[in-house]
Amino acid sequence: MSVASIGKYEFEPLDKVENFHGNQLTYFNWEQHLLFCAPACLPLPPEMPFAALVQEVLPGVYNKHPDFQEINWDEVTWTLDQEDFTPDMGKSLADNGFGHKSLLRFWTPGLDGIEGSHS
Amino acid sequence: MAEKRKKKLGIKQRYSMLTRGLGWDTTYQDMDKVFPYDNYEGIIIHDWEGWEDPFRLTMDAYWKFQSEKEKKLYAVIDSFAQNNGHLGITDARYVNALKLFLTGVSPLEYQAARGFTHVGRQFRGVGPRVACQMQAIDELRHVQTQIHSMSHYNKYFDGLHSAPHMHDRVWYLSVPKSFFDDARTAGPFEFLTSISFAFEYVLTNLLFVPFMSGAAFNGDMATVTFGFSAQSDEARHMTLGLEVIKFMLEQDERNIPIVQRWMDKWFWRGTRMLALVAMMMDYMLPKRVMSWREAWDIYFTEAGGALFADLARYGIKPPKYADIATKEAEHISHQAWHIFYNYTHAAAFHTWVPGKEELDWLSEKYPTTFDKYYRPRLEYLDKEEKAGRRFYNDTLPMLCQVCQIPMGFTDMDDPTTISFEVSEYNGDKYHTCSLGCKDIFDYEPAKYVQAWLPVHQIYQGNCGGAEVPDVLKWYNFNLGADNLEYNGSPDQKLWDEWQAHRKKA
Repeated sequence: MSVASIGKYEFEPLDKVENFHGNQLTYFNWEQHLLFCAPACLPLPPEMPFAALVQEVLPGVYNKHPDFQEINWDEVTWTLDQEDFTPDMGKSLADNGFGHKSLLRFWTPGLDGIEGSHS
Repeated sequence: MAEKRKKKLGIKQRYSMLTRGLGWDTTYQDMDKVFPYDNYEGIIIHDWEGWEDPFRLTMDAYWKFQSEKEKKLYAVIDSFAQNNGHLGITDARYVNALKLFLTGVSPLEYQAARGFTHVGRQFRGVGPRVACQMQAIDELRHVQTQIHSMSHYNKYFDGLHSAPHMHDRVWYLSVPKSFFDDARTAGPFEFLTSISFAFEYVLTNLLFVPFMSGAAFNGDMATVTFGFSAQSDEARHMTLGLEVIKFMLEQDERNIPIVQRWMDKWFWRGTRMLALVAMMMDYMLPKRVMSWREAWDIYFTEAGGALFADLARYGIKPPKYADIATKEAEHISHQAWHIFYNYTHAAAFHTWVPGKEELDWLSEKYPTTFDKYYRPRLEYLDKEEKAGRRFYNDTLPMLCQVCQIPMGFTDMDDPTTISFEVSEYNGDKYHTCSLGCKDIFDYEPAKYVQAWLPVHQIYQGNCGGAEVPDVLKWYNFNLGADNLEYNGSPDQKLWDEWQAHRKKA
């Protein structure tokens, strides 16, 4: 439905990908680990390899959690934009299907957070 | 022979002359051109005279009444300052609730003054126009008296020095700011539905009462006195809210679905904003009034239930997602406090883990959820802080496109899993935190794609620089004083010194 207005109502979105200096916004969420209160948001180059995301980006976001060192990355399950997803570590984010404002969620089986509280 | 002097006007006549008598129908210009805003929203009004003035107050009586209240208020504020009233509060942690109020809520009073000034010009009916103009003046008075009441604390405590500047820039203050921006950029009838009805009528008891009774419980007489002084104004504002709804519903049945949609929207936006009040009640008041859960049950479930039962005769249903909001009452204060605990290095107030007795109180008030989901996390955070490893979240959060709160709220039936919703519009994704916020986006996407989301703005380079300290300076924070953990803060040190001094004396 269009906005009820007194005239033409067309405005640019504020978060177009062009506004992020060659990066695209990417959201991450480590499921069942709510010590981190909300998903993280980072501007990342679409050509970044998925392996770099796992080895360089995610530790910077999550390594304060005692469970982080325990993650067995072979067992991790992922969704990208709410679809089941098997990443190709060697391919770029773009080639793995990441777009601007994509949401990556991951589950780490066997790790239940602080005192099993999913925090 | 001189004409006989006429008798003084009777109250009713005087009232009519000083309100309705001041309006006229234009003849040189079409009324639709003079009042272009009061029909584009689709609300059909057949007879503006059908407006029942909810409070029969004329401007001259209004001035007299308000100036009496003002005199009393300023006498109390002066005596509070002269007697070092700040020493009488329960604990310096309490002042953080005032910081949140002054930066988050007081600027809304000013926004309300602007909004009511605008709609007070735009209605062609004289009744609503006069009511809105008076409310505009009330709101201006409220922002002034709040600043004056709280300015005393600014002499001693951090984070109170730049409220309007912060309101326009700081990430969490975009939550209340965008709420009002949304209302003020709507048409006049939606504005009144959002602010006068959903906010002032349905939800005000969950905002105003907790803050003011919180102030009373915690020895803050300056704020309590402001609260009393505003109370009679608030009563008038609530009446206006109910009157505008009844007016729209009685004028034409085609108005019903429009009003219902606005109620659904503004109820949901209101409950999102009240997450700030929820955490204040459960976490920030050293002496607690009641839990958020209890406040919700009394003021929304019971009082709101009676209101919507009354409105049912017009074909109005309780707000959509009221059931979800009621489930949220069990969780939302804990989840909101956790968001601020994560990011208090970027906030202009302090956070902390409640003491053991306070945790016990929360366990008692939330018997089925607190120990299961929240207490272990808080005890862990406490242990880390005491070991010198105070936890802060180093990465900026994902925000909801509509309410602009970090996406920290869970699915209420699955409180360990974040709730995610997404919409596509013109090829871009827009994420929302809940079905309530998603519905709002989906109905008017062209409006919400313009949202100024603080995290995205920082990454675009529009907020003072690339590093967090640059952004915080742009917010006008005094780093190391306004932000960070309460334990070890300058506020705490000063308070402890005062207490030690008092013991000696």
